[in-house]
Amino acid sequence: MLRVDNITSSYGGGLILFGMSLDVGAREVVTLIGRNGMGKSTTIRAIMGLTPARSGAITFDGKRIEALRPHEIAQNGIGLVPEGRQIFVRLSVEENLVATSADRQGAANKWSLARVYDLFPRLAERRAQSGGTLSGGEQQMLAIGRALMTNPRLLILDEATEGLAPLIREDIWACLRQLKSEGLSILVVDRNLDALLGLADRHYVVEKGRVAWSGTSAELAVRRDNIERQIGI
Amino acid sequence: MQLVLEQLLNGLQLSLTLFLLAAGLTLVFGIMGVINLAHGSLYMIGAYAGAWAAAKTGTFWLALPAGLAAAALVGAAMELLVVRRLYAREHLSQVLATFGLILFFNGFIAWSAGRSPLLMETPPQLSGFVEILPGLPYPAYRLAMMGVGVAVALGLWYMISRTRIGMLIRAGSDKREMVEALGVDIAKLFTLVFALGALLAGLAGVMVGPIRSVQVGMGEQVLITTFVVIVVGGIGSIRGAFAGALLIGMCDTLGRAFVPMLLKSWLSGPLADGLGGALSSVIIYLVMALVLIVRPRGLFPVSG
Ligand SMILES: Nc1ncnc2c1ncn2[C@@H]1O[C@H](COP(=O)(O)OP(=O)(O)O)[C@@H](O)[C@H]1O
Ligand SMILES: [Mg+2]
Repeated sequence: MLRVDNITSSYGGGLILFGMSLDVGAREVVTLIGRNGMGKSTTIRAIMGLTPARSGAITFDGKRIEALRPHEIAQNGIGLVPEGRQIFVRLSVEENLVATSADRQGAANKWSLARVYDLFPRLAERRAQSGGTLSGGEQQMLAIGRALMTNPRLLILDEATEGLAPLIREDIWACLRQLKSEGLSILVVDRNLDALLGLADRHYVVEKGRVAWSGTSAELAVRRDNIERQIGI
Repeated sequence: MQLVLEQLLNGLQLSLTLFLLAAGLTLVFGIMGVINLAHGSLYMIGAYAGAWAAAKTGTFWLALPAGLAAAALVGAAMELLVVRRLYAREHLSQVLATFGLILFFNGFIAWSAGRSPLLMETPPQLSGFVEILPGLPYPAYRLAMMGVGVAVALGLWYMISRTRIGMLIRAGSDKREMVEALGVDIAKLFTLVFALGALLAGLAGVMVGPIRSVQVGMGEQVLITTFVVIVVGGIGSIRGAFAGALLIGMCDTLGRAFVPMLLKSWLSGPLADGLGGALSSVIIYLVMALVLIVRPRGLFPVSG
């Protein structure tokens, strides 16, 4: 479904990605893991066109997207839950969900406010509150709900459980498991190996802007100690 | 008493005209981060297109759509050709580029319409007076202008707070990149907002036509006051633009009317005249300074 092929990227200075490659198949959950500053978020920004790749190719559903503008990439069916959540603080919870909602591909099981509130009942309680007044965990739920309301076929989450209390984290993981069971493809950046092993099909260890190791959850479980040292847990 | 009431109404009318100008300027500055000095040119273009259409057709009711269309189209073109390139630039480049636009538009109008002021007739339907209180007649045209100003304020409030476009405007003002990453063509949204601001400036221009002279440079006079309005109100806020316009429009009108008069009861004639004139023309800047001392980000700062 998504193929990132040998991309390089920079923020104007030196290169940050040196030939990064990865694949996400239909209905698959794939992770990017690695120490801070290794280029995971930069990879995601390249996929979304926010910091376009300098070279290499990115294909989504067989279509080249590396030169498209961010809104065009999103309109192709990629939903982003960004690092730091990026909630719209001048909008209420409900407006955050509605403002950018869309169903461009005619989804079979279309996301609605009711469905998002079903997934995250805490958002329903706070629907009229300003997005800026939510707790970190609620903001994260809102960021996920907001991305789902664009009816994506691939959901990308960057550090979605960062800084959250264990119970809230568990809510997020439960939500992702449910989304997986509904057939959504997911690319997730996180540090929580236990949860990732239970959720994901395949993993990429990112080191200095390229893939240092990749394998299935079973393969990762076998050499978990090595990987943990490699990614600094 | 009657004089006070009349001046209050004049102040209100000026306030609502300032609001029409401030609304567009504050949206463009608040959301896109662009200082558009040429906003006053759009006001002038609306006035000239209106005066031209009125002269050709003999009716204000065709001047109105002509002024609106001209300002909105020139505004859209200005955004697509010039302003779009300025979003990522620092304010100095924006000031220089939009100052260049002022020179261009002033030159263009002077060349095509001449330097002498144009006059526009009040539409006959609105040329009379309305007795708003016994013994207090007030020009119907000015009352109609106020009505339009209030209607635009309500319409903008509804658009910003209740519609999808309004949500995207608010979202885009603090997280532009995120709005794009969720599939919204923010460039298109910006063009739309810019053209809307231009349309409102054009509306102010056409409406002012029958009560002031239409001339080259009319935009720059009013632009300064409009900047004072949006700074006082809180940049980016429509509510702030409304409150700021009321405060500044009232202070300016009442100051000009009554400060020299009050001074005269204390000081000798010529001294009072000189001082009064000077003081009343700087009142709005004093008010701005006072507001900013108490509320550095204006009356209704935009959160986030
Ligand atoms: N906006 C930016 N401008 C310049 N350098 C950046 C920017 N964002 C990240 N970097 C640099 O790019 C490298 C990779 O960062 P990032 O992709 O955010 O890492 P990760 O998400 O894996 O922690 C780091 O060295 C970081 O300092
Ligand atoms: Mg990161």
